[in-house]
Amino acid sequence: MTLKILKPGMLTTIQDLGRVGYQKYGVVAGGVMDSYAARIANLLVGNEEDAAVMEMSMIGPSIEFQEDSLISICGGDLSAIIDGERVPMWRPIIIKAGSCLQFSNVKSGCRAYLSAAGGISVPEVMGSSSTYLRAAIGGYEGRALKQGDLISVHQSDYIGNTKIQSFLQLYSTSLKSFIPLPWFVSEYSLPAYQSQVMIRVMKGREFELFQDESITSLLSETFTIHPQSDRMAYRLNGAQIQLKTNLNMISEAVTMGTIQVPPDGFPRILLADRQTTGGYPRIAQVASVDLPLIAQLKPGDSLMFQEVTLEEAEFLYLQQEKDIHILKLMISERWRRGD
Amino acid sequence: MTINIQFYPLGEQAIVAKFDSELNENTYEQVCNFSRSLEQNPIIGTIETVPTFTTVTIYYDPFELVRAYQSKDNNINKSTQSSYNIILALIQDRIAKMKKNITIEHRTIKIPVCYEGDFAPDLEYVAMYNQLSTEEVIQNHSEGEYLVYMLGFAPGFPYMGGMSSKIATPRRSEPRVLVSAGSVGIAGEQTGIYSLDSPGGWQIIGRTPLTLFQPENESPTLLRAGDRIQFYSISIDEYTVLEEKQK
Repeated sequence: MTLKILKPGMLTTIQDLGRVGYQKYGVVAGGVMDSYAARIANLLVGNEEDAAVMEMSMIGPSIEFQEDSLISICGGDLSAIIDGERVPMWRPIIIKAGSCLQFSNVKSGCRAYLSAAGGISVPEVMGSSSTYLRAAIGGYEGRALKQGDLISVHQSDYIGNTKIQSFLQLYSTSLKSFIPLPWFVSEYSLPAYQSQVMIRVMKGREFELFQDESITSLLSETFTIHPQSDRMAYRLNGAQIQLKTNLNMISEAVTMGTIQVPPDGFPRILLADRQTTGGYPRIAQVASVDLPLIAQLKPGDSLMFQEVTLEEAEFLYLQQEKDIHILKLMISERWRRGD
Repeated sequence: MTINIQFYPLGEQAIVAKFDSELNENTYEQVCNFSRSLEQNPIIGTIETVPTFTTVTIYYDPFELVRAYQSKDNNINKSTQSSYNIILALIQDRIAKMKKNITIEHRTIKIPVCYEGDFAPDLEYVAMYNQLSTEEVIQNHSEGEYLVYMLGFAPGFPYMGGMSSKIATPRRSEPRVLVSAGSVGIAGEQTGIYSLDSPGGWQIIGRTPLTLFQPENESPTLLRAGDRIQFYSISIDEYTVLEEKQK
């Protein structure tokens, strides 16, 4: 199966859950910004959670489907439409050959994920399909998608063609160019993407080295996302955060959600394409469960921080993983029953 | 091992073992020793290990750890079964069992560098800054032995220690928009090699024809943390020949 890119959108790349095991070589982990949405998108079409998906930011692409396909769109709402009709999100969709998926405006969030049954097929680089733009590796020729690109999709083995075929037969008299399946992820399971969010953070390693007023500001004031933000890091506008005394740090490990404060006093939240190590003091660390909310913020959006303990963050994380596990079981049961 | 090691969390999916706050070769031996032990014999539930100058960071899957260890006794106190405490106990156990005074075998890698012409735009500045001749800078840079403490900044970029303070030079006041891959630079008392074409502010004194980052290889970088590096000077002609061979 092949997808043809008619228009690339603002920044559309192929991503999976990231490059594992190469950080010791200085290779960034990369991968999707909102792993929750990408994982669900894959589960809905019967893929493994870490299959390659298309990540689109702000302005979505136009994509022509050359064969009947089973897809799902999750994440931020970029107003997906086919033949002028809105395509529902967070559920499996059968799209008929020759149809064109387009996007109009951002309704909520910043990034949407398109999964296709079988998973997008690109050559793996260091065990991953993720595009890393700075080194021009991975994904589709190491770059963002362009007009005319032809993206291959693996044959789906989990659902098997027969199941999709039976659906298509069932709906064969329908003239519609897409058919949403009658089940979907309950809205209670969806992250509350908003343009103003409360983000839970743990104390970072150098937390105590910051001035008391700065810590108070960090945990009580509103910060906005600076336009100079990308998949590597979000720069925050707002109170300037200051150390008690000058500090000369040796580079240490950083990870997704690490909040560093460079000498200019404006915190940076490190994201998917962060460097593997950093030499700026780490004031805080975002709880993993709230990373999707950050991934969906765009320049001008705002956030506030609320402190939680490591134990609370761990509990939330384990809870979320259990929920995803249950969702996975329910989805496979749906497909098994074939309704 | 008797040295004082601190542990701290990096979020709820990684733990850092900090061997010392001062950078020296002895600390670094411990970092190498420990990270290699984890690489050769990984702890269940861990994902990857990243050594830096003084720390080893271990990424793990909390879900996997809790599932693997919560039900077992495994010397782990039942009252402290958060995933962080589980990984902490496993790591402390590993460190306690590590053999003392292991000498790690370091690879020694010789790197050809052309210190001429366009490959060395800042050579004269470095010489002037240190009141040396350009020949003396080249001699000084190429007779030292360097230790790769870690890879970072860009894929395959080595942070090396051991450069002589005689040629130490601050970063350029205006970083270059583009520094070519292979460029050998000086920043303060550090020396390093750009592994990709990228912006950069280091003083560039030469270029190697070797490729530092090869994503298609099983080992994607020429250098690894713990390697010892020696530079040797080559002519532009030799550079061209070696560059051809790389292709």
